[in-house]
Amino acid sequence: MDLNTVIQILDSAVRLMTPLLLACLAGLYSERAGVFDIGLEGKMLMAAFSAAAVAALTGNVWLGLMAGLLGSLMLSAIHGLASITFRGNQLISGVAMNFLASGLTVLLGQKIFGLGGRTPTLTPGAELEAQVTPFRIWLSGITGPDAAGWLTATPRLSDITLPLAETLRPVPVIGPLYAEVISGHSILVYVAFLMVPLTWWVLYRTRFGLRLRAVGENPASVDTAGVSVTRLRFAAVAIAGLLCGLAGAYLATGLSAGFVKEMTAGRGFIALAALIFAKWRPWGALGATFLFGLLEAVANRYPNLDLGIVTVPSMFMNALPYILTVIILAGFVGRAIPPRAGGEPYVKER
Amino acid sequence: MDATVQNGGRPAAAAPAAIELRGISKSFGPVQANRDIDLRVEKGTIHGIIGENGAGKSTLMSILYGFYKPDAGEIRLGGRPMTITDSQAAIRAGIGMVFQHFKLVQNFTVLENIILGAEDGRLLRPSLSRARGVLRQLARDYELNVDPDETIEELSVGHQQRVEILKALYRRADILILDEPTGVLTPAEADHLFRILRGLRDEGKTIVLITHKLREIMEITDTVSVMRRGEMVASVKTAETSPEGLAELMVGRKVLLNVHKAPARPGQAVLEVCNLKIVDDTGVERLRGIDLTIRAGEILGIAGVSGNGQTQLLEVLGGYPEKGSTLSGEIRVNGTLLSLSGRTCNAAERRRRGIGHIPEDRQVEGLILDFAAWENVAFGYHDAPEYSRGPLMDHDAIRRDAAAKIQRFDVRPPNCYLAARNFSGGNQQKIVVAREIERNPDLLLIGQPTRGVDIGAIEFIHKRIVDLRDAGKAILLVSVELDEIMSLSDRIAVMFDGRIMGERLPADTTASELGLLMAGVDPTFRQPEPLTQDP
Repeated sequence: MDLNTVIQILDSAVRLMTPLLLACLAGLYSERAGVFDIGLEGKMLMAAFSAAAVAALTGNVWLGLMAGLLGSLMLSAIHGLASITFRGNQLISGVAMNFLASGLTVLLGQKIFGLGGRTPTLTPGAELEAQVTPFRIWLSGITGPDAAGWLTATPRLSDITLPLAETLRPVPVIGPLYAEVISGHSILVYVAFLMVPLTWWVLYRTRFGLRLRAVGENPASVDTAGVSVTRLRFAAVAIAGLLCGLAGAYLATGLSAGFVKEMTAGRGFIALAALIFAKWRPWGALGATFLFGLLEAVANRYPNLDLGIVTVPSMFMNALPYILTVIILAGFVGRAIPPRAGGEPYVKER
Repeated sequence: MDATVQNGGRPAAAAPAAIELRGISKSFGPVQANRDIDLRVEKGTIHGIIGENGAGKSTLMSILYGFYKPDAGEIRLGGRPMTITDSQAAIRAGIGMVFQHFKLVQNFTVLENIILGAEDGRLLRPSLSRARGVLRQLARDYELNVDPDETIEELSVGHQQRVEILKALYRRADILILDEPTGVLTPAEADHLFRILRGLRDEGKTIVLITHKLREIMEITDTVSVMRRGEMVASVKTAETSPEGLAELMVGRKVLLNVHKAPARPGQAVLEVCNLKIVDDTGVERLRGIDLTIRAGEILGIAGVSGNGQTQLLEVLGGYPEKGSTLSGEIRVNGTLLSLSGRTCNAAERRRRGIGHIPEDRQVEGLILDFAAWENVAFGYHDAPEYSRGPLMDHDAIRRDAAAKIQRFDVRPPNCYLAARNFSGGNQQKIVVAREIERNPDLLLIGQPTRGVDIGAIEFIHKRIVDLRDAGKAILLVSVELDEIMSLSDRIAVMFDGRIMGERLPADTTASELGLLMAGVDPTFRQPEPLTQDP
């Protein structure tokens, strides 16, 4: 395996881990506040669809991103209402979110685009042009044709080339590593990575973080200290919604070019496994999701891994992340202590 | 009264009471926890509120702390009317509360727990360093020493309680409410707590102490109020009252300080235990050869410090020895051998043999807290023919029977549809006692019958136990309360480290002799045993 291959795999791993990392951090906020969120998957799916659909209709990925955030937030609000306000079972509410997203995205997709549940491909071409044209005409009436053309010309997240990437490329090892692995990703990749230190700082250095952790451990302590348990938990669930929104939007407009049915493919559940693996800590989430991203990247690169004597079939390679998930959930990674009040609606006791 | 309020913020000559409650009422569903309560506590005093379990003391104080909203009534602090809508409002009004079950975050440090909810700003660092300074000062002033960087789970219960007090003081509380503060403390820790409380009072703080222990009231309070069944029945100066007087006010009638019982008339042997041994799954010998006989019509009391094998003895007699343990020896009931392992060693089989069991922990073994009282009354006997109609359960019959039993055992409130959780400790215990005693077992196993039970219920339960004995039944009583053992038992066996250290007759022994036996020292027969293993 030469350096070039390693760099390509790492580059791919970074892209693939991004939605996992965002979803994992989403789960972290929610679960640290004591609200289990099995609906990460559904929220990502909803966000992926909303983002791709709006991007396809407007030709503007930023409007798509907004729509993705809103779509995910909407499910968060329902989850919060069910499990915080009405003290319902958090797992059941989460499962319901997943079903809702799974059905709603395909239904709406078929209704709007008539493509069997997928959205048009977000690459310039006849299919996309046909969708964007009505919006562009309407927009021209307001902004003039030039601005309208400009505003509707970026249906996908573009990759950002970091400064000096090309200048440094000739430097051995570091050059290509910088130019390929670190530079050249979409903005959401960088946002995801910055979220790790930010989340750490919020959790351990701010008042909000202290209260958030407390409410997941012993909500009564927060309540008796005169702080609203409900508001804190809603804040956490909303943050989770936003992060899932970013994850889904990246999936549909960054990693791929458009929404296809069930495109999250269990990533929400892998993110949950990573969260356990990470023992509900931000830096751990980075490590755990990188491991999953790497596995997926390796599987993509070597569909049939030839080990000399036997050839590992591609199905096995593709199944690797899911197998690892099962192993982690079965508790082979040492004891992970979840937040003590996780999963329990808060009721004042006598 | 209103005229004395706020003249330049300073109290007038006749200082208004620190706390004044007028006509407070609160009910939870069918349970009237507080009924028209009036209370007045002067500034700079320690005021005790005493009452049986379920008398409404904790509810009243939770109302004052904004945890519950009263259905009716008025709260005045320092003469000023207050509406305390939530805990935040209570804290602002200068009230601090130390709950019976601490409200601490286990994996946070002391410092983090102290500032939680009382942070100075959005960032933690300044709050933490300020709190560190304040803590050092408070530790010096009131003997409230705790390591600020220790996590709560590393601290002893006594120290955790100090953290709760520090939390209140950090929020500049002038009124400190403590709910059953000594229930979890050792005597030395309790003494330390009282020193702290006196120090706080001398600084001008007002302290309200909720307890059901008369000794504490007499020792530390200046004034005391008595609650009974949700009502305030008296408020007096502590110096002008006596423990007997308070006890009478609490239960509303003269308390039987001793159990009145006729001499036992023992008959046939009902329970015979011979060389019973248990080795648990870690290889520790829990019972090291127990020999016991209990005859019809007598109460055998087993005294001992908890953890010396009493629990294991009750479990094996009750038919559920700990999984993975190895048993040997013989147990006979009415002459028939009981199995110690296998499928016939279970609680249902034991019940069929005429063994009733009031387990040590009513909330875990005795009741299902989320089930209704009538269901709990049927547990263990749910297969009984009178509860069945063909292959189905006859709910009407069970409810009728449960209602009658609840009536006879004076369970309050007498509502058999209420979940077991919603009864007070004493009434929960009465449900268990009613279920087991009314089945009229040949042998009744009783573990800690009055743990966490108020005086009125203790008296009632004791009387029922004696009645059962007089009906010619055998009773095995395990209790850590020496007074209870001495007043109820016809014979007393003392357990230590899995052995019976000796048997005594209550009339021929003293508490100090039993105490020696409980510590593993036999004052009459043998040399002190070498202590090989921690129980």
